Amino acid sequence: MISSVDKTRPLTFASVDPDAALKVVVGKKRSEVLAEVAASGLKGRGGAGFPTSVKWNLAAAAKGQEKFVICNADEGEPGTFKDRVILSDYTDLVCAGMTAAAYAIGATRGIVYLRGEYTYLRRHLEDVLARRRGRSLLGRKILGKEGFDFDIEIRMGAGAYVCGEETALIESLEGNRGEPRNRPPFPVDTGFLGRPTAVNNVETLAWAACILANGAEWFKKHGTEKSTGLKLFSVSGDVERPGVYEFPMGITIAELLRHVGGENAKAAQIGGASGHCVPASQFERTIAFEDVPTGGSIIVFGPDRDMLEVAENFLEFFVDESCGQCTPCREGNRKLLEGVQMLRKGTCSMKYLRELCGLGQTMQLASKCGLGQSAPNALLSIVEHFKDDILGRTPQAV
Amino acid sequence: MLVTESDKIREDIRKLAETYGRDRSALMPILQEVQKRYCRISDVAMQEVADLLGIHPVEVYGVVSFYSFLDDKPKGRFIIRLCRTISCAMQGKARVAKQLENDLGVRFGQTTADGLFTLEWANCLGMCDQGPALLVNEQVFTQVTPDKVHDIIEGCRRSFAQHVSQKREEH
Repeated sequence: MISSVDKTRPLTFASVDPDAALKVVVGKKRSEVLAEVAASGLKGRGGAGFPTSVKWNLAAAAKGQEKFVICNADEGEPGTFKDRVILSDYTDLVCAGMTAAAYAIGATRGIVYLRGEYTYLRRHLEDVLARRRGRSLLGRKILGKEGFDFDIEIRMGAGAYVCGEETALIESLEGNRGEPRNRPPFPVDTGFLGRPTAVNNVETLAWAACILANGAEWFKKHGTEKSTGLKLFSVSGDVERPGVYEFPMGITIAELLRHVGGENAKAAQIGGASGHCVPASQFERTIAFEDVPTGGSIIVFGPDRDMLEVAENFLEFFVDESCGQCTPCREGNRKLLEGVQMLRKGTCSMKYLRELCGLGQTMQLASKCGLGQSAPNALLSIVEHFKDDILGRTPQAV
Repeated sequence: MLVTESDKIREDIRKLAETYGRDRSALMPILQEVQKRYCRISDVAMQEVADLLGIHPVEVYGVVSFYSFLDDKPKGRFIIRLCRTISCAMQGKARVAKQLENDLGVRFGQTTADGLFTLEWANCLGMCDQGPALLVNEQVFTQVTPDKVHDIIEGCRRSFAQHVSQKREEH
């Protein structure tokens, strides 16, 4: 179960000492920690790309006796597995990142929301937490700092993709169905148990710890102006060397594919099921929040792959994982899946396909949360780029 | 005194509530533990949890029915969940699925007559670089090929037989 991690060069995480990071943190004022993260330009590594410092600043400014830091380890996006690697290999770095966040916003409690599928990681995480408590890296007066109390507990998910959405995650922690909330209010002021809560992805927290150890300028050496720093990618599909890779933000898709042995791909799904399908003609585009965004999932499709099968697989996923709360997502995904099945049978007219695309656009606008808003992305981009593959199919192809 | 299964469940849940507390936020950990011990969350269990947490049992049912790892119907002792997401599909998931059905004699979504195995689909297990992947309860298996299916199932049977004989010795 050890994932293959890029063997040509070590991950940056391996070179950062989590203890040193935390020592730097407690040596600074809260405002200095917040300023450092702000200067780095770090954006959420889970996929949404929300500036981490904005989240932390809002949570720091929110009024509340008790505040929370939540590590979103509900890594469910198809094709993503870098958080699993980080959680098992760089656990202390993630904990240091959470502790730094707690220091910055004034939180006393931390929760790792670990997806149920990763239950086998739980014992390891508990061991690390226990060790940290023993070394005064968690608990009361962390590293001797008066008034800095913080501890982390682990809570398990139970097999619901939508709980990766931060408000659904909070609902789940509160003992409810994982149905996303209306926003505002945002978790930074009305989060877990109605208290100010910063919810950050595993990788985001690990990078935050690195930034605090090495400085914002160090982080900004890589990446683009709007997407600073390095990023971990989970590469799977038709490539010679699948696994976890570290690349700077702003890398072109072509360059990434060269590195992993996927040069002859006809398309790459960037950002998982909720991301976009990019055809070979656009491989010079860059992976960055301002171009093709991703939480790290890169699924590569070789020349012989049937893109309609891909679309069908993704829509089956969304039909299954839609929480059912809002109509555009619940019903829309079903209709899109039916449409794809018609295309596979070769019984879909161009007129109906246009209507399906219209429905997809409606879902993007009208769905309540990111799941429904992004569910049609894959199909829409496949229809746009692979019309020859999907129209006028003969029934034998099914 | 005759201790019925229901009494035992109620007693267990009361102990769990002592551990996790009686806030609504204790609901998921309690239900997850009940699911693990009893392979299901029965009506009796849901009623007891509801009473202890001071909520309506329908609220508990709403949660149980929402999450795919919680179930009110009995599941097998070993739940085999095969990843059906695209990366595993591209690496030969369909043939592993067929072999699982053949060797277990049930279809996806069903439980074997002896109550030992439930076969289910899972969405992305996060093992996309080494698919096809499946979970047996909490344990993950990667790069599963049809010929490995038999060994995985037999491994479960052996560990269950061991578990049963241990229980016998304890009595």
